[in-house]
Amino acid sequence: MKDGVNGVALAVFIFFFLAVTVMGFLASRWRRAENEHSLDEWGLGGRSFGTWVTWFLLGGDLYTAYTFVAVPAAIYAAGAAGFFAVPYTILVYPLIFTFLPRLWSVSHRHGYVTTSDFVRGRWGSKGLSLAVALTGILATMPYIALQLVGIQAVLDVMGVGGGENTNWFIKDLPLLIAFGVLAAYTYSSGLRAPALIAFVKDTLIYIVIAVAIIYIPIKLGGFDDIFAKASDAYAQINPATDKPRGALVPAEASQWTYATLALGSALALFMYPHSITATLSSRSREVIRRNTTILPLYSLMLGLLALLGFMAIAAGVKVTNGQLAIPQLFENMFPDWFAGVAFAAIGIGALVPAAIMSIAAANLFTRNIYKDFIKPDATPAQETRVSKLVSLLVKVGALVFVLTMDKTVAINFQLLGGIWILQTFPALVGGLFTRWFHRWALLAGWAVGMVYGTAAAYGVASPTQKHFGGSSAEIPGIGEIGYIGLTAFVLNLVVTVVLTFVLKAVKAPEGIDETKPGDYTADAGDAGVSVELPPATAGSAH
Amino acid sequence: MPEAPNAPSSPSSPEVREPVVTPLRAVIALCLVAPFVAMLWVGSYAKADPAFLGMPFFYWYQMLWVLLSTALTMVAYKLWQRDQRARRGGAGK
Repeated sequence: MKDGVNGVALAVFIFFFLAVTVMGFLASRWRRAENEHSLDEWGLGGRSFGTWVTWFLLGGDLYTAYTFVAVPAAIYAAGAAGFFAVPYTILVYPLIFTFLPRLWSVSHRHGYVTTSDFVRGRWGSKGLSLAVALTGILATMPYIALQLVGIQAVLDVMGVGGGENTNWFIKDLPLLIAFGVLAAYTYSSGLRAPALIAFVKDTLIYIVIAVAIIYIPIKLGGFDDIFAKASDAYAQINPATDKPRGALVPAEASQWTYATLALGSALALFMYPHSITATLSSRSREVIRRNTTILPLYSLMLGLLALLGFMAIAAGVKVTNGQLAIPQLFENMFPDWFAGVAFAAIGIGALVPAAIMSIAAANLFTRNIYKDFIKPDATPAQETRVSKLVSLLVKVGALVFVLTMDKTVAINFQLLGGIWILQTFPALVGGLFTRWFHRWALLAGWAVGMVYGTAAAYGVASPTQKHFGGSSAEIPGIGEIGYIGLTAFVLNLVVTVVLTFVLKAVKAPEGIDETKPGDYTADAGDAGVSVELPPATAGSAH
Repeated sequence: MPEAPNAPSSPSSPEVREPVVTPLRAVIALCLVAPFVAMLWVGSYAKADPAFLGMPFFYWYQMLWVLLSTALTMVAYKLWQRDQRARRGGAGK
């Protein structure tokens, strides 16, 4: 690592950071509606975004700074296993093509802001809705924390992270500033801020990737050399495990892991509250479907980005913390000013999802805990105020998390978060297609999945950690190593189905379904899509 | 988009009255399922050769599937639009 602060890179970084800060605050005036004091306005951008804004917003939301740092870092550390992110994002789009438009339609008919709103309306169960809301909040918090870890990695490489012996306040000051700015404009502009900033973020990211994927291989002597060097590096025996560091192509034993990780992660992605927030902010059902055909552009970028992990090896980047591999590669290979652009891309790449995630978590709290359990007669203005405050709290929580605890704790919780959020799939996606399941069975299935997933993840040891050492464990009954989240999900489904039969046999009360079949196919312009919005959100009807 | 003309008592979902599975919809389903089969069958592509531009097969094949699955989803989208138009049109007669 070069010593001292990289002045040029830092200047470029600060320039872009200031630019998006101004944009963030101005965003509140962008497409402002008459009634700005409703949750639809603050938390869903007035549900007004078209195809391209949605594309940037979803892309900015799903492909986070942490992704940019962690995916190549995984490749850098172990090779092929880290590439599962590519099949994962390939599978996401055909999957959401089938259910997301239905969720959009029913949410517009009934004014649902969160997935838990839908779960409550469909299954007539506040308990189930609370379970989904809590899972969402729990899974999102560490995710926000990891965005801050992403910013930290960039700051470290630029030399502004401070050394070991600097005072903690000076050391964390840049992060605190970045964070304070983010919190302020999210508070004032809501979802419009990340939507606008996403344009900058994605443009920067695409430029950086395009340059990196051409420029770096030329400097390193082509892909042949890069892969040859990487192959040699993976073959080296790791003294901690007595096994090779990794492999260029997954061995037969790890193929189950690869496939289950890809599938499980794909199923989980659109259970995350922030994915749904970005989805529901779109103007029409068609916007969603069309987006499933253009979003894969990001997957291509992710694939190229993953290759940077090999380049880091070939370029001789040596870091003990794998998270620093890619920022370090940029610093070593690029001229200072362009390294600054790349760092800005990662830094801003953290702000967009962090903003959306905190809004999504805040909406869940407001709608499904505050309004359902604490103050049922809350007015739209009160809802918005609570949501704004909670979005601040959530971010402060994430910050405290990152500053006080070891980074591995955030990563462990993020790993658990993925397992947990997948357990809400039956209630949500199941509910979009059928009312056959019983609400109590869904709740029981969810609980079993959560407990099994947490216990199994706790039991995974790695050379450096006794618990939460990874996300894969032996699948009971099959004997192969697979993604814990998916195993827990299958268990969850089995419990749900069996208990549904039992509960139906004993005629347990099914709860009231407030949705109609037609709600699931309604589109903007259809009768009732905006006029039938309940009073809480009616002010935002466009 | 025009509203499906239905009697007020029946939900405005054309799927309810017409056969749910049609050849067109089978093709749509095939387009959407294909990427799952291809990607989850890891054994079919876990190899280094043939390499392309120095990139092992494992990597360029999956990147190729990003493009293939995009094309398939696009086809599914177009076919679905046609399916919906036909149903809405049919309901009006």
